[in-house]
Amino acid sequence: MAPRKTATAASRKKPAEKSGLNGGISDFDKSTELEAYREMLLIRRFEEKAGQLYGMGFIGGFCHLYIGQEAVVVGMQMALKDGDQVITGYRDHGHMLACGMEARGVMAELTGRRDGYSHGKGGSMHMFSKEKNFYGGHGIVGAQVSLGTGLAFANRYRGNDNVAVAYFGDGAANQGQVYESFNMAALWKLPVIYIIENNRYAMGTSTARASAQSNFSLRGNSFGIPGYQVDGMDVRAVHAAAVEAVAHCRSGKGPIILEMLTYRYRGHSMSDPAKYRTKDEVQKMRSEHDPIEQVKARILELKHASEDDLKAIDKKVRDVVADSADFAQNNPEPDVSELYTDILL
Amino acid sequence: MPIDILMPALSPTMEEGTLSKWLKNEGDKVTAGDVIAEIETDKATMEVEAVDEGTIGKIVVAAGTENVKVNAVIAVLLEECESASDMGKAKTADAAPAQAEKEAPAEEPAKAAPVPAAPKPPVANTAAADPAIPEGTEMVATTVREALRDAMAEEMRANEDVFIMGEEVAEYQGAYKITQGLLQEFGPRRVVDTPITEHGFAGVGVGAAMAGLRPIVEFMTFNFAMQAIDQIINSAAKTLYMSGGQMGAPIVFRGPNGAASRVGAQHSQCYAAWYSHIPGLQVIMPYSAADAKGLLKAAIRDPNPIIFLENEILYGQTFDVPKLDDFVLPIGKARIHKKGTDVTIVSFGIGMNYSVKAVEELTGMGIDVELIDLRTIRPMDLPAIIESVKKTGRLVTVEEGYPQSSVGTEIATRVQQQAFDYLDAPIITIAGKDVPMPYAANLEKLALPSVAEIVEAVKAVTYRL
Repeated sequence: MAPRKTATAASRKKPAEKSGLNGGISDFDKSTELEAYREMLLIRRFEEKAGQLYGMGFIGGFCHLYIGQEAVVVGMQMALKDGDQVITGYRDHGHMLACGMEARGVMAELTGRRDGYSHGKGGSMHMFSKEKNFYGGHGIVGAQVSLGTGLAFANRYRGNDNVAVAYFGDGAANQGQVYESFNMAALWKLPVIYIIENNRYAMGTSTARASAQSNFSLRGNSFGIPGYQVDGMDVRAVHAAAVEAVAHCRSGKGPIILEMLTYRYRGHSMSDPAKYRTKDEVQKMRSEHDPIEQVKARILELKHASEDDLKAIDKKVRDVVADSADFAQNNPEPDVSELYTDILL
Repeated sequence: MPIDILMPALSPTMEEGTLSKWLKNEGDKVTAGDVIAEIETDKATMEVEAVDEGTIGKIVVAAGTENVKVNAVIAVLLEECESASDMGKAKTADAAPAQAEKEAPAEEPAKAAPVPAAPKPPVANTAAADPAIPEGTEMVATTVREALRDAMAEEMRANEDVFIMGEEVAEYQGAYKITQGLLQEFGPRRVVDTPITEHGFAGVGVGAAMAGLRPIVEFMTFNFAMQAIDQIINSAAKTLYMSGGQMGAPIVFRGPNGAASRVGAQHSQCYAAWYSHIPGLQVIMPYSAADAKGLLKAAIRDPNPIIFLENEILYGQTFDVPKLDDFVLPIGKARIHKKGTDVTIVSFGIGMNYSVKAVEELTGMGIDVELIDLRTIRPMDLPAIIESVKKTGRLVTVEEGYPQSSVGTEIATRVQQQAFDYLDAPIITIAGKDVPMPYAANLEKLALPSVAEIVEAVKAVTYRL
């Protein structure tokens, strides 16, 4: 795998005074650092447990884990307010947890049980929460970009100042409807933040092999949509960019693109042996850029918390995840009558 | 408590595999995410990662062991402060293989409950009837075009969340002038010209509907909606189900459908059968101006995604429309266009044009036809058809779409299942010919159904040939 020509996570040590859209980082206080740590850890542990339950046969079909990319959604979510909408593709468990959806409901949906968010009828890739303004969970690559643009259309139509955040990957970024949506969003100045989670591989195809222009932040250029590359492994950098992007959208300036340079540690899905990249590459990201370890190191260095305090957080997170797994294994399957419900209102 | 490390399944179909290599030894400390072993299946070699922190207490299955069953214990992980002597103790609940075997969904199918019956379609004709039109109501001669525009305007006046988007719907006043005057009345916020990007604006419409608005998405023709069919089917039709009823898409996709005149294969196709295949959609295809108005108003109010199939040739035809403040018709209800006793013809949309003329000819021959206008293709008003067939014993269906897997073949299947004993002749399904639409005038005419074909079919099923 060729090193990225554009700024990599490694080369991005920016001074704090820079703008969030140009490599700046947010200055997190103690409680924010701890919140970021806890949120990211929850996703990490949840996904590890999901992988384990998949291995045990409790979770079927496709299961795409978010491990490694936690800083993206956690940093973004910290910059949003009530009523802002979130939509994403099929690697969606992290987004749901970050939106405040219950671990139990998400895990029970993964196991196809009745108290899952979709009563077991959606599964890993298709989950929603009207209450938390989470609009899925979409299994068709790129579809969420047009849908997310429609959520932003609704905000503009209603004249509120809410923002829609549409997440998609470097693979989806090559889909035609993405550009159809960019065009309309720019034309109508829709309040939508397009988050391109560039984890370098669309399933097994590296960006270098699939994308003529692999600097995805430039993909909105022909529509006049500003775009920025962000260190997606550093939650402070994500947050700093998010704050500015949200302000841009809320003030009526139209869409904005943030390309999050990130990395997934696991395969594309559970049954992907990931032979298209070297173990060294994965190991290097894990050991040098892990989003959680970065926060942890800062917390300890700045004495925001002790090792024991962090262990206590870890324990609480593990308890939440263990509880969700226990719930998801023991919750009954949906009643057979569910087969014919929710087709039409 | 020690934690059992189990042989993982790497895919939904994997039952066993080879434990090819251990990367950690007994006594090694591991943290979550560390690769501890490699497993081989016939498809791939995969790494097994530790999911908890601890020390490898015991390796139970040696490297190189083949045919290790999924969920078999392959090693034991000791947590902090545990020693090897703790290993005999109880395992954590979620790692217990016995429970996994008992509860794993993959094991379930054999024991699964029998498939519940689909909700029974009503045997009697219980669908809501057309509202009675009060005596003395003025009937106004209206084109289908005007009726559609009036329906949208009335609903937009009544509900601020209703808006229309599509190509040329605003400033141009509609490619077929269906949206004439709407921009002037409702302004550009609610009458939205889109770029020529069907896939994209269909998705934007569905997203807006998921957020609670009531979009009407006009396709310049349904032929172009093929670009958008993924958003229509995968996003609009399935979201209510996939979200367990939390959110759906109250949206109307409308526009001209089927052959116009001399526009060739890519612009002349009927999608009634296509969309009628999809659970989660309702498919409406009106013939008269009154039905166009009453059903479009119903469609806009309906909380589900609707495919509303119009026809360019019908746009200019004039029908009586009752002058009422709020004329709304029920979705899913056929209308008996003409009562009769000898034979049933079922048609819809432009097919009614041929059928009405055929009925006139047949009446002259002394054949008393019952003509049913289906109006809604999905949900289909089968009781109305069955009731008629029980009376006449004979059935001919008429549509412009392709013959294979057509609306007519669906009707024929269901009628023979539910009214076999009442049939006195084989059902004849008249459709467009099994060819892409040709451009040449003579060939195009041949490719479409004709009045003569209907007359012949009716004579055949009534044994008058």
